[in-house]
Amino acid sequence: MTTVRQEPAGRMGGPEDARPAAQLSTQPAPQGPRPDRRRRVVTPLIRTWRQLTSMRTALVLLFLLALAAVPGSLLPQRSLNETKVLTYLAAHRTLGPILDRLSLFDVFASPWFAAIYLLLFISLVGCLVPRIRLHGKALRGQPPAAPRHFDRLPESALLDVDTGPPTAAAAAARVLRAKRWRVVTRDEGSGTTTVCAEKGYLRETGNLVFHIALTGLLVAVAVGQLWGYQGSVVVEEGSGFCDTVQQFDSFHPGRLVGSRSLAPFCVTLNKFTATYEPDGTARQFRGAISYSRGLSDQEQTDVLEVNHPLRIEGARLYLLGHGFSPVFTVRDPSGQVFGNISAPFLPQDGAFTSEGALKLPDAKPQQLALDGFFVPTAALNADGLLTSASPKPLNPEVGIVVYRGNLGLDTGRPQSVYAIDRGQLQNGALKQAGTADLRPGQTYRLADGTAITFDGYKQWANLQVSRDPAQQYVLLAAVLIVVGLLLSLRVRRRRLWVRITPPVLHDDGGRTVMAVGGLARTDAGVFTAEFEALTDRLRASVVGAAAARPVDNADELVRQLGED
Amino acid sequence: MGTTELAHLSDHLFSLAIATYSIAMVCFCAEYAFGRQGRVAATSGVPRAAETPAAAKVLVGAVGVVAPPPATAADVAPTDAGRHDARRAVAGRAGRAGIGVAVFGVLLHAASIAIRGAAVDRVPWGNMYEFSSVAGLVAVLAFLTVLIRQPRLRYLGVFVLLPVIVLMFLAGTVLYAAASPLVPALHSYWLAIHVSSAAVGTGIFMVSSVATLLYLVRMRYEHVVVAGNEPRSVASMGARLPGSDALDRMAYRTVAFGFPVYTFGIICGAIWAEAAWGKYWSWDPKETWALITWVVYAAYLHARATAGWKGSAASVINLIGFTTLVFNFFVVNIVVAGLHSYAGLN
Repeated sequence: MTTVRQEPAGRMGGPEDARPAAQLSTQPAPQGPRPDRRRRVVTPLIRTWRQLTSMRTALVLLFLLALAAVPGSLLPQRSLNETKVLTYLAAHRTLGPILDRLSLFDVFASPWFAAIYLLLFISLVGCLVPRIRLHGKALRGQPPAAPRHFDRLPESALLDVDTGPPTAAAAAARVLRAKRWRVVTRDEGSGTTTVCAEKGYLRETGNLVFHIALTGLLVAVAVGQLWGYQGSVVVEEGSGFCDTVQQFDSFHPGRLVGSRSLAPFCVTLNKFTATYEPDGTARQFRGAISYSRGLSDQEQTDVLEVNHPLRIEGARLYLLGHGFSPVFTVRDPSGQVFGNISAPFLPQDGAFTSEGALKLPDAKPQQLALDGFFVPTAALNADGLLTSASPKPLNPEVGIVVYRGNLGLDTGRPQSVYAIDRGQLQNGALKQAGTADLRPGQTYRLADGTAITFDGYKQWANLQVSRDPAQQYVLLAAVLIVVGLLLSLRVRRRRLWVRITPPVLHDDGGRTVMAVGGLARTDAGVFTAEFEALTDRLRASVVGAAAARPVDNADELVRQLGED
Repeated sequence: MGTTELAHLSDHLFSLAIATYSIAMVCFCAEYAFGRQGRVAATSGVPRAAETPAAAKVLVGAVGVVAPPPATAADVAPTDAGRHDARRAVAGRAGRAGIGVAVFGVLLHAASIAIRGAAVDRVPWGNMYEFSSVAGLVAVLAFLTVLIRQPRLRYLGVFVLLPVIVLMFLAGTVLYAAASPLVPALHSYWLAIHVSSAAVGTGIFMVSSVATLLYLVRMRYEHVVVAGNEPRSVASMGARLPGSDALDRMAYRTVAFGFPVYTFGIICGAIWAEAAWGKYWSWDPKETWALITWVVYAAYLHARATAGWKGSAASVINLIGFTTLVFNFFVVNIVVAGLHSYAGLN
């Protein structure tokens, strides 16, 4: 009854925990240790710790967290779209670098964002540990002793009892235990017995589960970040790749990922199919693949769809994008034929007007490159330029520029596979040799004997491999968060006392009297109904047909306290 | 009936639902204006004590004891007793009619949503128009549910229906998208679960923010009255509102219900993102703002548990939470580009 003082002041609770045990207690709050003595003990360090784990700090940190996330949603982020960041930097020459230095393009990986959530979680743990200890004690402990006067409680009733106090007390305890109340019977002396009961410990349990799960979630997310990886690769129909760092177009490993962390499997894209609604919006993308685990494994097949990744060897394989690769047959002036060569072109709009380049470094006597557009459904736009009218390949066409000279692949400078190196054009090493618009089967011949035939197209798919070794724990933590929340917001903590007084102690017709009093921290309305039902059961258990006589209504003050 | 006819029928029912809600709002408005709640509360705390303990308590504590509020001549004049009763009867009838009309509106509204679903052969919350419609329906249903427990709050319907009607009007005009199928990324049963829990959360938070606004008005009124002044402008509206603690309780209970639903919605979104985008969380603007909203409502629940932040401070946090929700819906959907680009607006 007097443990009120030690309870941290409702730090993580729902609002009802604001007045923690004080509200369930009907006795005045006991005095704590004398303040001057405590002050001497509290060193500045402890004071700082107290401050960090105080509710006020937690609230401020919560707000800071919310506030800090805002720029991450309004400014372009590297993690989401590197190109947009570069565009922004190019457009804001003064502001851009300043924002960049403040990590505002990597908000969620920035030190200050980490500082906020780490402080928040330290504050949380600091509050959690003592609360777990207290709750553990409460779970092992007994319901508090009964107050002297039940008529000051929000709910109370008086019943006549036919039997003696011990029998009645045992019956009352049975009734309450059957309703899953925690019960203890106490002898108050002079033949008076009280049955003290409490219920709703799950509220605090849920509260603790919620906060522990939240901490667990953070840890699991961090583990996933450190040991997880993502790699993506563009694969044409008929080609494949293996899950190795070298074969990805882009690879984002966590800090602790070694080359052995990659799941051992290889994938071939057999066929990609896109289907469309009559109005041209996409209906379905399907990538038929075959794959094998390791080297010795049998090849298996599967179909990737947008919401259906392949889960393999602890990793997931996604179909994230698609496009077209025009296919050419090129004969160079030396008579060498490059048959059925293709290169993926990148879609530029919703109708898949695609841009790209095909490089032939082995062409003789000079290197060759085809640079230009592919359109699945050819049309001319207002400016007379080749453009696509539909993402469906109804009338494919390419518009290419042929370049001859040195592609600059051996300069050591990295270059995009989707475009020729403009630097080589500017320094004159690469020269334009001709332009052509071709439909499938058409051939473009240059004066030097070069012949370029547009054979048709293949489709390509952008496949992504992701691995997050901790994501099932993230899910587990998330489920516990919801469960904990529901318990802590729905369950009500309530207390009930039954006092059985023998006839000698009162002048009420020489009968034994059973007084019942109850208190709920929340929602007096619901508890009233529960209390009435319980009183009915108690009456049925201890008396014949005697009716309950309601006591005077509870004191207004107590009622106010007991309600929320 | 063909798909197009169904879509048209749904649109008509949607308009009818707006019209019906408007009528219900007028009814609640009449009850609010002529209702005894306000009238009696404005004149004396004593007669109400027996009827509504919660409201009476506030009046006794805040008004009755300290300073009887200045009453208007019409209210206290004994000869007006008859007129008073007649007005009261009108108000009661208006309120009851309001409930009936609102329930009818809910039926029309639900039918509109269901038929839209039939027309497009999928769950009917795939774009902003459809989402707004569902969230509006949830808000009205949440309010009607609150009424089951606290029927005397009936006339507050005017304050709940007003934002719902505004939202539906925006949905039907600015946000409207013709019935059409969805992009492949949305072909998932998670659409039914994730988006519906987001809509339910939104609708409930909306009711909570209305209760919070009314709470702030009522608090202002109570302060003014306790200080012995005559409430003016906004504060004077508080005379006809229920006690501040009842409104505060309504605001809290709705959040306590909506918060787990919203949390569940975010988690379902993460599970879906894991299957659709390759990562359960990618700090997409919409995700980020959902987290911001979540954090702010979490702060609200904590603030309400902390002595110094109770009351007005907590209710300001509630309103900030709803503001972030609205921002996420309108600004992030329409202005900020991200993975969640399913607004259906072009």
